[in-house]
Amino acid sequence: MTAAVMTMPRGRPLRRTALKGLGFAAPAILLLLAIYIVPILVLAGFSVTDYQLGALNWDFVGLKNFADAFSDPVFMRALANTALYAVIVIPAGVFLALGVALLVHGRTRSRAFWETAYFLPVTATLVAMATVWQFLLHPSLGPVNAAITALGFDPVSFLGNPALLIPTMALIGIWQVLGFNMVLFLAGLTAIPKDLHEAARIDGAKHPIDRFLTVTWPMLGPTTMFVVVTTSISAFKVFETVAVLTKGRAGSETLLYALYLEGFEYSNTGYAAALTLIFLGIVLILSIGQTLRMERKIHY
Amino acid sequence: MRRFIPHLVLALGAFVMLMPFYWMALTSIRSPAEIFDISLWPVPKEFTGVQNYTQAATTVPMARFMLNGVIVCTGILLVQVLTAVPAAYALAKLRFPGRRLLMILVIAALCVPMQALALPLFVGLAKAGLLNTYFAQMAPFFLSVFAIFLFHQSFRSYPDEIIEAARMDGFSEMEICWGLVLRGSFPSLAAFSVFSVVAHWNDLYWPMIVVNDTALAPPPLGMLFFSDVETGANYGALMAGAAMITAPMVVCFLLARRHFVAGITMTGVK
Repeated sequence: MTAAVMTMPRGRPLRRTALKGLGFAAPAILLLLAIYIVPILVLAGFSVTDYQLGALNWDFVGLKNFADAFSDPVFMRALANTALYAVIVIPAGVFLALGVALLVHGRTRSRAFWETAYFLPVTATLVAMATVWQFLLHPSLGPVNAAITALGFDPVSFLGNPALLIPTMALIGIWQVLGFNMVLFLAGLTAIPKDLHEAARIDGAKHPIDRFLTVTWPMLGPTTMFVVVTTSISAFKVFETVAVLTKGRAGSETLLYALYLEGFEYSNTGYAAALTLIFLGIVLILSIGQTLRMERKIHY
Repeated sequence: MRRFIPHLVLALGAFVMLMPFYWMALTSIRSPAEIFDISLWPVPKEFTGVQNYTQAATTVPMARFMLNGVIVCTGILLVQVLTAVPAAYALAKLRFPGRRLLMILVIAALCVPMQALALPLFVGLAKAGLLNTYFAQMAPFFLSVFAIFLFHQSFRSYPDEIIEAARMDGFSEMEICWGLVLRGSFPSLAAFSVFSVVAHWNDLYWPMIVVNDTALAPPPLGMLFFSDVETGANYGALMAGAAMITAPMVVCFLLARRHFVAGITMTGVK
């Protein structure tokens, strides 16, 4: 094979496949330029100006937008809210999903049923389901508070008490992400060879918890990493629930919602560009490890 | 007894997971007078499903939202496949200058969320006078770097000998790419289609930015318009609207569960 390549007259045939290759990739290359590369450069350009959409002139302001962002109480609140949201959604979304996956994995006949039940919220349109949650959590009309009062507690104003807005949205976030993570964990569990559990049992890991700690948990390492990364990225992108349930009232903006308001409602393009770069920075930090792993896969 | 504990725990969890769907369906057929009724009994005292659904479908152009969703999702998917398949084929099977650079750019672009590109794309579309069009709703998604990555992984394992033989037999490169190699990757194509359609049917962020014309709104944005109009007035109609918007994806999921699970989660299973 290599010998054939060596003796093949260089030039035309190779150049022809090169042209074909470029021709096949051309539409994707053009779109990559138009949708990713040029917009990112433009975004970086905006972020150092005071440009406002529709304004006729603009000034170079250096890093002022970034400095402003970190002294802007609204943006800092949005950042804190998003962090709180992530701190609730990530551990609960990951460990509950792992628990459900372990239980579902052990079932044989009923497995498809449980998988369907837990996965359903993933496919459902979140905007519509957030409206349903709003009704479920209604202080006087909703069944959740009816159940709480029936148990003898005071009704909880989930969407009225400002301190509960972010935790309530985090609960909906967990409800939505659980099935997704469960399926990822199920795939990871299926990949663990059965004999490993048997070997651990023979080696004295009598209790299922021992076997989980010595075999399952270490073998699930890469899956757990991946689930944590995707869950954190989606937590930092929370938007729909805010748009439906609070529209940012009572200080409940999240990162993406604050960005949406600045960029598209108030048209502060320059400032919003700086916020976007901060958002992008966070997402890139979260995804860098996973991307390097993917890159290695491509080359081998 | 111990055998039943897993089932019991799973059933309790599933109750919470499915409760919103049940409550939505139940309220959508109840009359406004029964709104204070918190019983889970499935048969309403008075069946007003027809009125609720009619009201939801006529207060806002619900059918139009659905049609918009179908148009936008189909358009996006078509262009994504048309651009990603040849690019993935070139990356996997053809040698050309800049191939490695393109692969690196594709991987880098995988990390960039759409929301980070929204601002410059919005300004560009606004300057071009293209806001409030189907084109504006679809354009940012015409290139799916994820599709390129996925098809590349799958095309790479297609045997080179068959491609060589097909070239000898006079097949054009186009025929080889679409007729032979893609056909061998049918599961990837099916999974990607599901992934793409679900993602764009449910997307709110981008439509909210480029569309404010009700006639062009896709289902999630339509739902938002509807709940703004209907706030607190009639929960039956509101839930009927939510049911109509959620139904297409839920029904597809129940019919093609395997493809759905594969499509939505394939990012992690690779």
